Order: sequence, then structure tokens, then C-alpha cells
Amino acid sequence: MIKLTVNGTMYERAVEPRMLLADFLRHELGLTGTHVGCEQGVCGACTVILNGDSVRSCLCFAVQVDGGRIETVESLGTVDNLDPLQAAFQEHHALQCGFCTPGMLMTGVDLLRKYPLATDQEIREGLSGNLCRCTGYENVVKAIRSAVEAGYGD
Amino acid sequence: MEIDARPKMIGARVQRLEDPRLLAGQGRFIDDLNLPRMLHIAFVRSDHAHARILEIDSADAAAKPGVAAIFTAPDIAGLWNPIRATSRMADYHATELPVLAHDKVRYVGEAVVAVVAENRYLAEDAAEQIMVSYEPLGDAIDAIANAKADAPLLHDDAGTNVLAARTFHRGDVDAALAEASVRVSGNFRMHRKTPTAMENRGYVADYDPGRRALTLHSTTQIPGIVRDALVEMLDIPGNRLRVVAPDVGGGFGGKGALYPEEVLVCIIARQLGRPVKWLSDRLEDLMTTNQAFDEHVAAELACDGEGHILGLRAEVIGDVGAYSVYPWTAAIEPVQVVSFLPGPYRVPNYLGRVRAVATSKTPTGAYRGVGRPISTFVMERLMDMAAAKLSLDPLEMRRRNMVQADEFPYKTASGIVWDRAGFMECLDKVASSYESLRRDQTAARAQGRWVGIGLASYAELTGLGSRIAVAPGMPVNTGTETATVRIDSTGAVSAYFGIASQGQGLETTLAQVVAEELGVRVEDVDVIQGDSAAVAHGTGTYASRSTVLAGGAAINAARAVREHVIKAAAHIFEADEGDVDAADGQVFVKGTDRGMSFRELARAVYSEMGRLPKDIRENIELEATRMYDPYFGTTTPASHLAVVEVDPETYQVTVQNYVVAEDCGRVINPLIVDGQVHGGVAQGIGAALMEEVVHDGAGQIQTASLMDYVVPTAAEIPAMQVHHLETVLPDNPGGFRGMGEGGTIGAPAAIANAITDALAPMGIDINELPITPERLFRLIDGK
Repeated sequence: MIKLTVNGTMYERAVEPRMLLADFLRHELGLTGTHVGCEQGVCGACTVILNGDSVRSCLCFAVQVDGGRIETVESLGTVDNLDPLQAAFQEHHALQCGFCTPGMLMTGVDLLRKYPLATDQEIREGLSGNLCRCTGYENVVKAIRSAVEAGYGD
Repeated sequence: MEIDARPKMIGARVQRLEDPRLLAGQGRFIDDLNLPRMLHIAFVRSDHAHARILEIDSADAAAKPGVAAIFTAPDIAGLWNPIRATSRMADYHATELPVLAHDKVRYVGEAVVAVVAENRYLAEDAAEQIMVSYEPLGDAIDAIANAKADAPLLHDDAGTNVLAARTFHRGDVDAALAEASVRVSGNFRMHRKTPTAMENRGYVADYDPGRRALTLHSTTQIPGIVRDALVEMLDIPGNRLRVVAPDVGGGFGGKGALYPEEVLVCIIARQLGRPVKWLSDRLEDLMTTNQAFDEHVAAELACDGEGHILGLRAEVIGDVGAYSVYPWTAAIEPVQVVSFLPGPYRVPNYLGRVRAVATSKTPTGAYRGVGRPISTFVMERLMDMAAAKLSLDPLEMRRRNMVQADEFPYKTASGIVWDRAGFMECLDKVASSYESLRRDQTAARAQGRWVGIGLASYAELTGLGSRIAVAPGMPVNTGTETATVRIDSTGAVSAYFGIASQGQGLETTLAQVVAEELGVRVEDVDVIQGDSAAVAHGTGTYASRSTVLAGGAAINAARAVREHVIKAAAHIFEADEGDVDAADGQVFVKGTDRGMSFRELARAVYSEMGRLPKDIRENIELEATRMYDPYFGTTTPASHLAVVEVDPETYQVTVQNYVVAEDCGRVINPLIVDGQVHGGVAQGIGAALMEEVVHDGAGQIQTASLMDYVVPTAAEIPAMQVHHLETVLPDNPGGFRGMGEGGTIGAPAAIANAITDALAPMGIDINELPITPERLFRLIDGK
């Protein structure tokens, strides 16, 4: 039995010891915004924020995060009311297929909360653990740059 | 309201309609689909490259908890009709499409046994208990060796490993070479890539025994082609067999073929009467999704003393892997290497020969650019080699040979016809900063830095019509697309297509087209695509065709509906049809305050009995289906310029500056077009510098994770400048040219030329890609 907070809601669930956090979020809680692209911790699509730090939910077992506080893409805005980072992604066309996007957003949130991101190179280094095959990254960098300028995460 | 006030939606930077759901985590991808009583498949896959299957022992696995069934090839024989990718091309040998390997395996990763269980964890537990014993049949992984007559055969019934062979010929190449002042040649090698969409392939089959109907949910780019093939394979009529692509997480060609697993989920779902899901993991994706770009090219270019091309000769061997993929065949890529090799230049004499050779590796198919990243790499390297020998600037070399404005339509040495497009204009556009970049380079060289500038020009044939099939001689019509535009009884507009977006933003661009033609707002148009049931015939999204073909069909259908909107409104307003217009969701009499919304119009037409007299009502159809066939297709030229720097200590290559100028005709949405170029160039940079599928001598794949198959991250891709030319295209309803693949076509060539330029003082030619730091070290060390 584990107890954890996901997007502000407390959950108590019995899980198999080998259940991955990504599978727990997707299949047990129905939070399918978190995507699984490699299960090897390389692509970053499954990135969520655990106790304030971005982590790969495909590299954690659900039982490891007992007592933890998790934020997923569903903690940001909604379809009708996008949060400013999501809106910046739309405005700058920072997504195409959208599969890596939830991971990009959660990494972006983590970067924006923690670092000044004074140069685009810092943004690029910060995103280098999240693979995107569609955008060539340029517009993702632009979207995060605009969020920096708008004071997101301050 | 004046007609001039009609908002222009084609050409506007419209924000994408699909974005809010994808950003909010509300997209519906294949793995988000979970049906009641659904079973899950895990495969036992071959760990041999070429071997005979001796015995399969699955007794222990069958006894594991949660296992519903286990299938091998003999278990499913009789449950499906085999299929082959046929072609009318001479010298072509089709191979089977094995759903599960029977008798022999021909590459590492080929599916041998399917374990069906209550969930994927349990299916994998059981799969681990299955023992397959093999008798190795000898290595067959080298394409050049396999092309020889005495090589072991991969497919006995083909009688050869050369699955396709073709020659393109114009003029007298031997004579041209003999009289040339300058001849340059090289052995060029592009190593194998894999498309690497971020979402792995996946399929869910849902069989309804009561209706004897099957729905396949598939991460496919080609729902119509898959539906048509499954009808034949499963003996289910097309009206009870539907293929639906949900939100698909990237494709790039890799999801644009029929796959064994998507046939198998259908067979098993029908057999067990329960929904069945299979989702590839990344290891399976890197082993089994169709690969590409595995080409050996020996080529020679001959010029006169002023650099004018006299002749070109090429011999190509394409490593096509173990099977000829459905429906494109093993010929699709290698043939394009030869047919596009002359590029955007006048080549009076040409001889190009190609052989597509089977090897015991993952099958190859379409990957963004298909053949042309290789043909452009080879031709553009030859152009620079000839320029160097003539002491001509590479830019001038291209200017002297490129097809000029007064020469269109221009028939190339291989028979492709270039229609009027901005060939020279694109080159001039990227060259606008050329001289200042050369000055910067001189200054950098003086400081001992290895900085180089590379150019690449090419033209591609996009939006192919019915005159030329996407793959030579294939039996599938790739030359038409259909659109249905419908205004329902609530006034809502739906537009139905046979294409299937995997991130290209087609829900938005096609909505822009329909909205502008019909006179509604973009957000009022719901685009239904990625569903074989949407229109009677449609083949999907591949070959840079969707905007051209579906966009053309959308214009034709929307115009037909608009005529009826105007006709109905004119009757209601008691006005002349010529005085009635529609814009922004309103139908109105020009110059008056008389108008109504589309909702009110639809109510008047459909719901308010007697509002229109019977004879008018029976002739109003607020729905139309139209096709579009571009016949030859559309020509899209481009030029790329790359500036690179090589680190003299680590041999790491950094792309410092990247400029693209391309002519895709009328731009529907600049935001989306730029995004396509950025993404294409990023894949081209990956192809040039880092991406390579590596096999060992026994055919074992060495790049089996994304740590080993390295795709570019944000840290390796530079900011880019993208310029658009919009050359008018006559006889084409929208004036759109295709542009989804171009970035990947130009970048490997531009980067190879830029690195060669950076290392020019050492006299090193970059003729093998990817040029990793290790390969660069060997080249420099060998000097």
C-alpha cells in the first residue's frame, strides 16, 4: 500500500512492487498525459516533477515514491484555460505530434522555477534530456524564452 | 460588409487547433486506448539474423498465470491470406510479408511467437519461458557480398538477393566522360538510419463477433492502404473493416507501411473474440520499424573547362534488409537514389544503375526524404569536388549548371519533369550572406579555427499525381485524394479526408483551406482524418503529398458546397446569387445589412419544413465530395547553407549557422511550414553527424537503445533561418507544393560539404555519413 499526492490529490493504492511510476500514473490513475517513449530513461517523454525535481517516471517504481508529491502535465492548464507555458508552446508552434510535449513542459517548468535561463544555450542544455523528433527544438527554445521573459516560475 | 473584408486564412500564422488537447495531456494516443476485456501481446523475437527454426517449446509459458493463448506461424496458418508487395517493374522479386516467422528467420527481431495475456507484464513473463532452437544458415548481412551470384539466398523463391534492379540512361556517358576536361569521382556511403518517432508503433484490434466487424486502431500513416490490404488478408468486406489512426506521435515514413504486428492483432482478436493490444517498446522499435538510407554509391561527374556538366555515371547498391515492404516494395528508396541523382542541374548524359539487395537485417522502407538525402549528398559532393578541381567557387559552380527559369518544364536525365519553380531564386536567397560568411571564415582560419561553409541545392517531386506512382510499378493508386465537406443541420462544418496526420498540423492547415473557401472561421471547421471510414478512398500521409492532394480536394469540395450555400441564401434573401457572399460564418447580401449565420441557413435548409420550395430544396446539397489529382505532381526546390566548426582536439562538429530557402508555392500557414523545415533539418543533421544503425558481423543490432542510436538533442541543433519563395503554380487549385521532407534532403549534403570545406587545407573529402568524431579522426589521422 502506497500513499502519495498527485497534482494536489492524495491517493492510497495497493501496487505490485514492479509497477513503474509511469504505468501507475497512466493505468492506475488514468493520467495518460504522461507518455512513455523508451522506458530506458533517455527520451524524457515521461518526465514528471517529484518533490520539486524533474524525474523520469519510467525509471521509478511506484513504491519508491511512497509519501511523495508528484506533478504531471495535468497539473498545468486545461484545454480551455492553458497555463502560460502551454500557451507559449502553442503561440510559438513548439509542438508537432505532441508526444514528447508533456515531458518538455514538465522539464520546462522545472527549469523555469530553478534557473535564470539567461541565454538560449542554457535553455538548450536544460532541454537536452528531452528528445523531440519533430520540431528541431528551435520553437521549444523560443517558447521557453518567452516564458522566461514573462516571469513564469518567479 | 464588403468582399475585401473577407479575412484571408490561407497564409495566416494560425495557431494550431490540435494544440490545446496535446498541451493539456488530453491527446488520445494508441496507448491511451484501453478497451474492456482487452488482452496484451508480447513477442518472442528472433535472436538470430539468418537461421532455420527447429523447435519452439512453449509448454511452460502456456501454464503461466494470465496467459490466454500462444500463437506460432503454424497456429495462424489458414486464419489469413498472405500478401506480397507486388510491382509491374521488370527485374523485381516480391517477398512474403511474414506475420510470424515460419521455417526461417531473416533478421534479428523478427517476430516468432506471440504470447497473449491479461496484461503486458504477464505476457512478458510468459514469453521469457519460451525456448526456440535455431540452426544458423550463415551470415548474409553484407549487401555487396549478397549481390554476388554465389551468395547464400535469403529468399529461395526469389532465386536472387537482388530484389530489384533498374537503369536510367540518357545520351552517351562514355563519350562525355572521354572528352571532359575535368572528372571527379568517389565511393560514397550513407549508413543505415531508423526513423525514431518518439511514440513507438502500436495497434489495438477490436472484433465485434455480432456484426462480424473489425476495427483496427493503428499508429499508421496509411489507414486506407492498411484497410484495403486487411480486406484481402482477412476476407472481411471493407464496410465492416475500419482502420483508425488516433493521435499519432510522429511517423516520418516509419509508420507508413503495413506491419506484421498490425495484421496479427487482427487475426488474434477475431480468433479469441476479445480486443487485443500490442505496443512496441523502444528496443522492438529499433529492431523492427522499417529502416532506411543504407546506400553504397560509386559515382563520377564530368565537366568541361568552365564547369558545365557533361556527364554523370553512378552505380548504386541499396541494402534493403530482409523483406520487400508492403506496399512500397524494396525498390522505393534505392530507385529514388538513381532517379533523383542529377538533381536540379542540366545533365546531358547520364547512366545510373541501381540494385536493391536483400540482407538479413531489418527491412527498409520510407524514411523522410526517401533516397534523396543520399542522391543530394552524392551529387552535391561531386559538384564541390569538381569546383575545387576547377578552382571555381561552389556557388558559381551551381549557378552555371542549375536549370534556368526559361527552361521549365525541364525533363531530367532520368525522366522526371520539373515544373516552373524558384530553383535559382532559392540559391540566390541563401547566397545573400555568402560573401560575408566567407570573410568571417577567412578571419577564423587565420586564428587556426577549422570553419567551413557548405551549400546544397536540390529539387524534389512532391504531391505526386496519378501519372507517377510513389513507388515504381506499385498497384496502389497514390495519385488522388478525396475530401468531403459537409454542413450538418446545426450549421457545423465537418471536412473528411483520407490523409492521416502524425504531427504535421493537417487538422489546422486543411481547416484553413476549407474555412477560406467556404466563408467560415477556422475554428468552425472540424477536420476528420486518420480514419479509413472518412472517405471511400484515400491512402494517407506520406511522400509530401497531404497539403497538395488533400488541400486541392478540400478546395474543390468546399467550392462546391459554397455554391449551394449561396444558392439557398439567394432564395431566402430573394437576391441574385451574384450579390450573396459568405464570410466569417455569415451569409449575407453584399452592401446590405441582410445576413444570417451558417446555423440559421442550415436550419432553413434542413429543418424548417416549407422554407424552401420542393424544387429548390431537392437541389440544395450542403455536402460535396471531390477529388484532386495533380497528375505529374509538384516541384519543390530548395537550397541549404551550413556553417560548421570542427574542434581540432575532439573532432566534434558544431553546426553554427543554418540557412534554408525553399519554394513550396503558396504557404498556408508559415508557422507550420517553418516547423516542418526545422524538424527536417534536425533529422538531416542527425543523419550527417550521429545517427547510424550498427550491426555486428553476425547481424546483431548494436544500437538497441536511444543511448546507442543517437538522435540530436536541443544542444546539437542550431537556430535556423528559413526563407520561403512562393512561385505561382498554374493549373493547381491551391498553388501548394509539398514540403514535409525537404529539410532532411538538403542537410546531410550541406554539412558534408561544410566539413570538407573546413578541412580543405588537409585535402579531406567527407564521402561517408554519419561523419562521427571517430570517422573524422581516422580520416585526419590517415593523412
